[in-house]
Amino acid sequence: MTKKKMKFDYSPREMMAIVAAREIKDGDIVFCGTGVSMLAAMAAKHISAPESVIIFETGAIDPKLEEIPLAVSDSRIMYGSSMNSGLADAFAIMQNQSTGQHVVGILGAAQIDMFGNLNSTTIGNYVNPTVRFPGSGGACDVASFVGKTIIFMQQEKRRFVTKLDYLTSPGWLDGPRGREKEGLSKGGPVAVITNMATMRFDENTKEMYLDGYYNGITPKKILANMGFGIDISRAHEIPPPSADELRILREVCDPQRLILG
Amino acid sequence: MNTSQDKVTDLKRAISKYVAQGSHISIGGFTVNRNPMAAVYEIIRQAITDLHLYAHSNGQGVDELIGAGCVGKLEIAYGGNGRFAPTCIRFQQAAQDGAILIEDYSNYQMTLRFLAGAMGVPFLPTRSSLGTDITDRWGFSEELRKDDPKLPDDKLVIMENPFGNWLDTSKVVLVPAINPDVTIIHVQKCDRQGTLRMEGLTFSDIEQAKSAKYLIVTCEELVDTSELREYPDQNQIPFFHVDAVVHVPFGAYPTACYRYYDYDPIYLNEYAEYAKDDTRFKDYLNRFIYGTSNHRELLDLIGQKRLKSIAADPRTGYASGLDRR
Repeated sequence: MTKKKMKFDYSPREMMAIVAAREIKDGDIVFCGTGVSMLAAMAAKHISAPESVIIFETGAIDPKLEEIPLAVSDSRIMYGSSMNSGLADAFAIMQNQSTGQHVVGILGAAQIDMFGNLNSTTIGNYVNPTVRFPGSGGACDVASFVGKTIIFMQQEKRRFVTKLDYLTSPGWLDGPRGREKEGLSKGGPVAVITNMATMRFDENTKEMYLDGYYNGITPKKILANMGFGIDISRAHEIPPPSADELRILREVCDPQRLILG
Repeated sequence: MNTSQDKVTDLKRAISKYVAQGSHISIGGFTVNRNPMAAVYEIIRQAITDLHLYAHSNGQGVDELIGAGCVGKLEIAYGGNGRFAPTCIRFQQAAQDGAILIEDYSNYQMTLRFLAGAMGVPFLPTRSSLGTDITDRWGFSEELRKDDPKLPDDKLVIMENPFGNWLDTSKVVLVPAINPDVTIIHVQKCDRQGTLRMEGLTFSDIEQAKSAKYLIVTCEELVDTSELREYPDQNQIPFFHVDAVVHVPFGAYPTACYRYYDYDPIYLNEYAEYAKDDTRFKDYLNRFIYGTSNHRELLDLIGQKRLKSIAADPRTGYASGLDRR
């Protein structure tokens, strides 16, 4: 390994956090869960979107996040916040007619389909599942309400599936008019960020396509790690994290490497 | 509803008086924070079974009740515990073994259901879950719902907006009210009559508390009425909702209690190890829960050194710099 490469060496997880952080703009209200999504929101605030606001479903508004929280109920999200309330208030922000469309939700799941619908509930039969996952939590609420969602996934065949075992959180449902037909908000998923690539959704068909791939990864490799085919004609290589982005992520956001590992 | 001036009792009595086999219960807190753990452990010690448990994302408390075999039916939004258990381990095992019956909702839906119960209305509307399997797939059978007078006939109902397209909304999901037999919450401060103060996030504790027929409150500090009445705007629940007040320092341990102590990462990590294996989980229950007669004895097993390590930093409200790996 060359010296230069060592200096800018980074993990897929770091890349995911930074790619997601780049999606967040000033004026966004960022709903985040635990793990990498929290890091992405913190990184955005420190790097490119100081006027974005972080909120948690448990009711904390714009907390200081001096240390990284390990759960959305962690006392670390209560310290130095603008206000501490509860779930009823937090989800109302996302459903509220003037604030809801400004919320960017960051979600994860066990399975995703080509329209960005998510399963975080069960694999196999719902009543007698082969594998049970935690369930919606606030994910279905966020996916139902907010202006846009960003989805974190591991790039694996078993996770990118043609048919979900259980549809926990709505993406574009069955296509361009899916959400409207069911009565959901105008919002929906805008990006899927994995350990290899970023996918987006076609403006007309709402089908997933490959938008960008990371340094050292080929579109072919990405397709080999998906259970369904997608358009790769629009794909480009995504710039790796800058030294500054990496420094802030590592030194400011997660110095103990609790999430980065 | 209880206007008595002195509701102070001990945990053993409070649990045996208000929680029985088959009771419908809810517990306060959220994943790793302010779960009424001392009360959860007392329910386990009293071997109360077949509970119908309502939870949004109560995390640790829910997993321990399920693991100890206390729960028969569960209505839940999220069975995870932050980084300590992406899926709660005993919850996952019980679901996969078919040992408990589960009905899935979302966090907001569960909160609205408690709020409806607190307000005394049969349901509340939301747009959440339209077009998903939360509306399409039901865990409880029709017969089960019909047979249990404490359950509504339907999991939820989708309805056209009766106000036309008012507020740009074509359809709503109506979620049914919950009125548990008993809710148990752990708070920072309470007086003998039940005037209480939570600090930090309240999660859905207020809605859960007001929706219940009986309410047990455990508290870090039992304080004078005058102290809480000096700043009444900071108190959350009318005292007449409260039926029992129990003074239990570290009553949320091993979960956190803002401005008092952090969660104990050692306990939660060890718990996850025990929970992965049936035999080891029995060892856990025997040593920490059945092997202690009350919460103080459990805390003695942990020792002062560990408890000191999680003491809240007065500046931040949590244990700043705590090793949480």
